[in-house]
Amino acid sequence: MTALRVLWHRVAALFRPRTLERDLDDELQFHLAMEIAENVRRGMNARDARSAALRHFGGIAAIKETYRDTRGLPMIETAWHDIRYGFRMVARNPGFSFLAILCLTLGIGATTSVCSWIEGILLRPFPLVAHQNRMVAISGFDRNGRTNVSWPDLQDLRKNATLFDTFIAEHIGGTTLSIGNRAERASGSVVSSNYFDALGIRPIMGRGFDPSEDVGHDAHPVTVISYEAWQDRYGGDAGIIGKTQRLNGVQHTIIGVMPQGFSGTFVGYGFQFWVPASMEDNFEGGGFKLDNRGARWIEGFAFLKPGVSIEQAQAEVSAIAKHLEAAFPATNRGFGFQLYPLWQTPFNGAGTLLPTLRISFVVACVVLLIACANVGNLLLVRSFSRRHEMTVRLSVGAGRLRLMKQLLTEGLILSTAATAGGLLIAYWSRDLLKMFFPPSPGIVINFPAEIDFRVLALSAGVSLITTVLFGLVPAMQASKIDLASAIKSESGGVVGGRGKAWVRSGLVLVQVSLSFLLLVGMGLLLKSMRAMQDADPGFNTKVLSTSVDMMSAGYDLPRARNFQDQVLSRMQGAGVDAAAWARVTPFSYRSYPEAGIAVDGFVAQPGEQPVVAFNEVGAGYLGVMGIPLIYGRDIGIEDNETAAPVAVVNEAMVRRFWRGENPVGRRVQVKGRWLRVVGVAKNAKYSSMLESDKPFFYTPLRQSATLGQYLQMRTRAGAEKVAFALARAVKGIDSNMAPGEVLTLRDQVDRMNWSRRAAVNLLAIFCCMALLLAGIGLYGVMSYAVSQGTRELALRIALGATSRQLLQIVMSQGLRLVIAGIAGGIGAALLVTRLMGSLLYRVSPRDPVAFVAASLVIAVAAVTACFLPAWRATRTDPVRALRE
Amino acid sequence: MPKSDVLHGSLALMVLRILDTLGPQHGWGIARRIEQISGDVLELNQGTLYPALLRLEQMGWIASKWGSSENNRRARFYSITRAGKKQLAAEAENWEKIAEILGRFLKPSGDWS
Repeated sequence: MTALRVLWHRVAALFRPRTLERDLDDELQFHLAMEIAENVRRGMNARDARSAALRHFGGIAAIKETYRDTRGLPMIETAWHDIRYGFRMVARNPGFSFLAILCLTLGIGATTSVCSWIEGILLRPFPLVAHQNRMVAISGFDRNGRTNVSWPDLQDLRKNATLFDTFIAEHIGGTTLSIGNRAERASGSVVSSNYFDALGIRPIMGRGFDPSEDVGHDAHPVTVISYEAWQDRYGGDAGIIGKTQRLNGVQHTIIGVMPQGFSGTFVGYGFQFWVPASMEDNFEGGGFKLDNRGARWIEGFAFLKPGVSIEQAQAEVSAIAKHLEAAFPATNRGFGFQLYPLWQTPFNGAGTLLPTLRISFVVACVVLLIACANVGNLLLVRSFSRRHEMTVRLSVGAGRLRLMKQLLTEGLILSTAATAGGLLIAYWSRDLLKMFFPPSPGIVINFPAEIDFRVLALSAGVSLITTVLFGLVPAMQASKIDLASAIKSESGGVVGGRGKAWVRSGLVLVQVSLSFLLLVGMGLLLKSMRAMQDADPGFNTKVLSTSVDMMSAGYDLPRARNFQDQVLSRMQGAGVDAAAWARVTPFSYRSYPEAGIAVDGFVAQPGEQPVVAFNEVGAGYLGVMGIPLIYGRDIGIEDNETAAPVAVVNEAMVRRFWRGENPVGRRVQVKGRWLRVVGVAKNAKYSSMLESDKPFFYTPLRQSATLGQYLQMRTRAGAEKVAFALARAVKGIDSNMAPGEVLTLRDQVDRMNWSRRAAVNLLAIFCCMALLLAGIGLYGVMSYAVSQGTRELALRIALGATSRQLLQIVMSQGLRLVIAGIAGGIGAALLVTRLMGSLLYRVSPRDPVAFVAASLVIAVAAVTACFLPAWRATRTDPVRALRE
Repeated sequence: MPKSDVLHGSLALMVLRILDTLGPQHGWGIARRIEQISGDVLELNQGTLYPALLRLEQMGWIASKWGSSENNRRARFYSITRAGKKQLAAEAENWEKIAEILGRFLKPSGDWS
C-alpha cells in the first residue's frame, strides 16, 4: 500500500517539475532567511550570520539533488535529461552530426534496400498469394539438363504424392491485345484450372476456372483478366464479364477479374490474363499436349503440406519419377523431378536475379561496415576533443556510468535519425531494380520490394548494434580518463595520443581495405561486361529485329505467307539490304522448338533419345544474320512447300552426329520426317552468351506450319528510319496491323544480360558510397591528427621546415595508412572475388587489371582526402600555435 | 563533547513527535526544535531534514500546506496525519522496547551470570 502511494507521489511529481522546483527553492530560501535572522538575533553581523547559516544547512546543491531523487523517478528523469542534452550536443556540432548521420544512413539504407528486394523478389515474391512459405517450384531434368514437366506426369504427381497439398501448372505466353484501335503486347499465362484456388486468390468479379476447362484441345476459350488490365485496357467496364476478347486469333470469353495487386506467379513480369490448360496449343503451338507425356511445357509450383520439408518432398517426387520411368520408358527414361525453393526458381526472374541480389547483399553489408567504422572513428576523434568536457564533468562528481549512459543516448539519437533515413532510402529505391530493366512496350515489369516487419526489425537491429558499438567507444575512452593529467590541456604529436591512435588508424585501414575490395569487384564486373560486349555471338549484332503478330490478328497460313512476302518486297525498296522471317529471334524471350532426331549411321546410347533445338527460318536467313556457311548452301527461296524437305545444321551437330565429316547430302530424321542436309553453318550463340556450343539446325519456314512472326533485317539505315518504313509498309498491307518494337540484335543480347548490368550498376552505386565514406574517414583522421599536432608542426616551422617538407610529413602519414589498407584489400579480394562466380565472364577473379585499377582509384581518393589537412598544416602560424 | 549523528530512522521519529505535540510547523521550526530538545547536542545538517520530510509526506504520515509564517513570509507548514499518529505510537513503543533492552545490556552492574 505505502509503496504504491510513494510511487504515485513520484510519478505525479514528474508532471509538474517546474512548480515543485520553485516550491523547493522557496522552502529552502525561507529556511535560510529564518536561520540568518536567528543568528543576527544572537549577535552576529550580517555576513557571519549568512555564512554560518549556510554552513549549518549543508551543501545546498547536494541536498537539492537528494531531494529531487526522492521526489521523482530519477531513472526517467536522467534519461530525459540525457536525451535533451544529447539533442543539444547533436545540434551544437552540426557538421559532425550531419556526417555521422549521413554515413549511417547510407549504410543502413543500402542494407535495408537490398533486404527489401530480397524479401520482395526472392522470399515472398507473389503479392496476395497465401502460404508462400510452403510453396516450391517444380521442374524436371533429363540427361541434357533442366526441362519442364508434361501434363500427364503432373497428373500422376497429383494422384500419388501424399506430402503435397496441390500442384499447379503454368506456362508464360504473350499475345497482342487489340482493343478498339489500340494494339499492345500483353503477357499472359496458361494455367491449370486449380491455379487460383491453390494460390488462395478469389476473383472480385465473375469466376475462376472450372476443372472441366482442363480438358480438350483448345476446347474452352475462356480467360480471366487482371485488375490492372481491366482498369487500363477495358476502362473498368462493370459489364466486362461475358464479353469476348480475341487472344492469339481465338475469341475468348472473359469470365473473371482478379483482385488488385495480383499479377501472377512469375518473378519479373506482371501478367494481364490467364487461360486454362486446354488452350495451351492455341498459345504455344506445336500440337495438343495434354495427353502427350513427352511434351514438357509446364513450369509448375506445388504447395507442401504443413511441416513437410523440401527434402522429404523431393524424396517422394523422385520415387514417383522412378515409377514413371519404369511404366513409360519411351518418354520417361532418365527423367526426374526437381523441387526448388521459390528463391531458386530456375524458370523465372528469381534464378536470374539470385546471383545479383546475393552479391548486392554482401556489398551492402560491406558498405554498412565501412559506415560503422567511419562513424566509430568520427566519434572517437570527437571523444578526444570532448575529453576536457568529460574530465570536468567527472571532477564535479558525475558518475562514470552516468557519462556512459549519456554517450549512449547521443549514439541512440544519431542512429535513430539514421535508421529513419535508411528506411526512407529503402522506400525510394523500391523500384530501383525496375529502372535497370530495359523497358519494352506492353510488358509489365514487376519486381516488388517489400518493406515489412522483418526488414524493419533487421535494420533496427543493425542500427542498435552500431549504436552500442560506436556509442561505447568514446564512453570507454572517457572512463579511462585520468583526471589529474587530463585536466591539464593535453597536446600530442602529429598523430595525437599515440596509445589510442592505432584504433583510429585501424578503422581507417579497414575502410580502405573494404573499399578496395568493392572496387576490385566492380572492376571485374565491368571487365566481364566489356568482354561480353566484345564477345562474338556468331551473328551480326547490327541486324535489326522485330515481330508482327499475325496470329493475334487471326491470320491463317496462306494469308500469313502472302503478307510476309509483301513486307519483304516493300522493305527491299526502303533501305533494307536483305531480310528474312523466322520463328524465333536469337536472345528473345521465346524458346526454340526442340525435336528428337535420328541420323543415318549414328547409334544413340541405349535409352538415349537425342533432342536438338532448331529454328524455322525464311529464305536467306543465314546470310541476313551474317552466320557463315562452312559447307553447302543457305536455306533458299526454292525450299518451299512443294520441294523436298531440307535442313542446315551447325558445326556442333556435325561433330556430334557425323563425327565431324561433311554431312551435306546426308539425311536427318526430325519428328518422323526425313530432311536432307544442304549446308553446315558456323556455331553461334542462340539464347545466352554463357551457353557452350550446342547442336542446332535450321529448317525452312515454308516447309512448316508455323507462321514465323519475327523479321530480321540487314540495313545500313538507322533503326528508327527502318522502323518508320516498316510501320508504313505493314499498315499499307493491312491497316489493322502494326509491327512491334524494332531493336538491333545487340539490344536483344544486352536485354538478356540485364541482370549482370543491374549488378554492375548496383555495385557502382555501392562503390561510390564506400569510396565517399572511406574518404570522409581518412579526411577526418588526418584533420584531427593535424589539429592535435599543431604545436609540433609549429615547432618544425620555427626551426625552418619548408611547406614542402611539412606537406610530405603529413601526407606520408596518411598514405602509409592507405598502402596498408590496400595491402589488406588485396588479401581480402584474393579470397573473396571467387564467390562472384557466375557473374564473371571470361575474366579471372584475380584479374591484375582490376586490382591495379582499384589501387589507383583508392590512391587518388586518398591523396585528395589527405591533401586538405596537409595543406592546412603548412598554413600553421608558428607564433600563435606555440604561444597556445 | 562531539555531536552525535542523527540516525536515519530516529530523525523520522523525532519529526513525527514534534508535529504531534506542537502542531503544524515549518521546516526551520522543526530543525530548531530538534536541536533545542537535544540540548544542542544534536546538531544536524539542517538541509538533510528536507528529503526526510518529503519521504514522510510520500508515506502519508505527514501533510504539508503553504501558509504564512510568524514574520509574514510564505512558508510550508507540515502537520501530522492520522496515519502518522498511528505510526508514531507504534514506533514509540518499538523504540522504548529497544531502549529498555539496550539499557539492560549497558547497566554498569547488570545480571551477567
